[in-house]
Amino acid sequence: MGSFRDFFSTTWGIIGVGAFIGLLASLLQKWGNPGNMGICVACFERDISGAIGLHRAAVVQYMRPEIIGFVLGSLLAAYAFKEFRPRVGSAPIVRFVLGAFAMIGALVFLGCPWRALLRLAGGDGNAILGLAGLAFGIWIGTLFFKGGYNLGRTEKTYTSVGWLLPLLMIGFLILRVIFPPVEGESQSGVLFYSLKGPGAMHAPLYVSLVIGLVIGFVAQRSRFCTMGALRDLILFRQTHLFLGFLTLAVVAFVTNLVLGQFHPGFAGQPVAHTMHVWNFGGMVLAGLAFALAGGCPGRQLFLAGEGDGDAAVFVLGMIVGAAFAHNFGLASSPNGVGPHGIAAVIIGLVVCLFIGFTMRRKSA
Amino acid sequence: MSTIVDARGLSCPQPVLMTLEEIKKTGKGEIEILVDTDTSKENVSRAAQSRKWQVQEILEQGEGYRIRIKSD
Repeated sequence: MGSFRDFFSTTWGIIGVGAFIGLLASLLQKWGNPGNMGICVACFERDISGAIGLHRAAVVQYMRPEIIGFVLGSLLAAYAFKEFRPRVGSAPIVRFVLGAFAMIGALVFLGCPWRALLRLAGGDGNAILGLAGLAFGIWIGTLFFKGGYNLGRTEKTYTSVGWLLPLLMIGFLILRVIFPPVEGESQSGVLFYSLKGPGAMHAPLYVSLVIGLVIGFVAQRSRFCTMGALRDLILFRQTHLFLGFLTLAVVAFVTNLVLGQFHPGFAGQPVAHTMHVWNFGGMVLAGLAFALAGGCPGRQLFLAGEGDGDAAVFVLGMIVGAAFAHNFGLASSPNGVGPHGIAAVIIGLVVCLFIGFTMRRKSA
Repeated sequence: MSTIVDARGLSCPQPVLMTLEEIKKTGKGEIEILVDTDTSKENVSRAAQSRKWQVQEILEQGEGYRIRIKSD
């Protein structure tokens, strides 16, 4: 098992995982997931938020099995390789707030970093603005790191603490199985389902779940992180994670070409708008929040799966942030930004700057 | 006597930042870094090697690892 363990930490390991995710994301689109949204951690957590009724935006409600699979796949990998380390206590409330604003920023752009790459790979030119904003937000984050920003140390804790988010995900999966979607019904038991829009587009349950599990497993092993990819490049000139990031986009692009899913342009792209400033601005907020919290939304799920209770709090922050985003009219739609989206981005940036400036350790 | 960097309990990118800072300060010699996750172990080793430092030894210690790096 030693060489298998080591493989994932090599350059070819991270490239392989990026390729694997890019391929499966494009295939998930063919198998039913929304356009350029084979996998979008932010969008899918938002759909889960809708499925349990935290917001009632009718077009984005679905209990996404991919998210459940990410956490549980990571949990399996962590146990298989003796890396499950229950830990908490590094400023959880800050992580919750960062999660909520990261989600709001992502929903102004309409996608997390993973989807930004998938949108680019599908020909959506607006993704260029989103990726530029992401890089800019992360760059601001690196300035804080250089200035001593630090959320403090975690502490080892009870095994059951590390299990809470995985158990929540198992609970979600049980609900999805007990209350499956019913043709023409917007509700099944306690769960809400979209009848139209992106929430109504999904691959079959077992396909989404198995792909989620496998990606969760290999991503835990390789430490795949889209925010870390750009952060390490900017902060340390290290290309390790960036190679995985790049490969995801390239392989998704090639797969899209083969499947006839590549449609270049700016207007009329699936689940996207063309307000360039706010595609950029939304992702500046998301990028900065991810950087300050130490991981992209996917990485937070994988960390939560290996016992990191603070990452779990970030995930819950994102799910609650999605509820605010839709209840308060902050999230964008194909028509453009929501009525209060711009205000939310500005407030979010102010909050992130407050966190970045005030939470720093004086160097000895 | 080598310097010890205690990066236990800190999340990315702190362990690497602290290691690189110490490498800069030390110039050459030996540094020991304490970390508590496998991710940090890999990241710190990779960062040290990128600065042409050799990873001499990685010992399991308590709930984490003690990484000894060296440059002549």
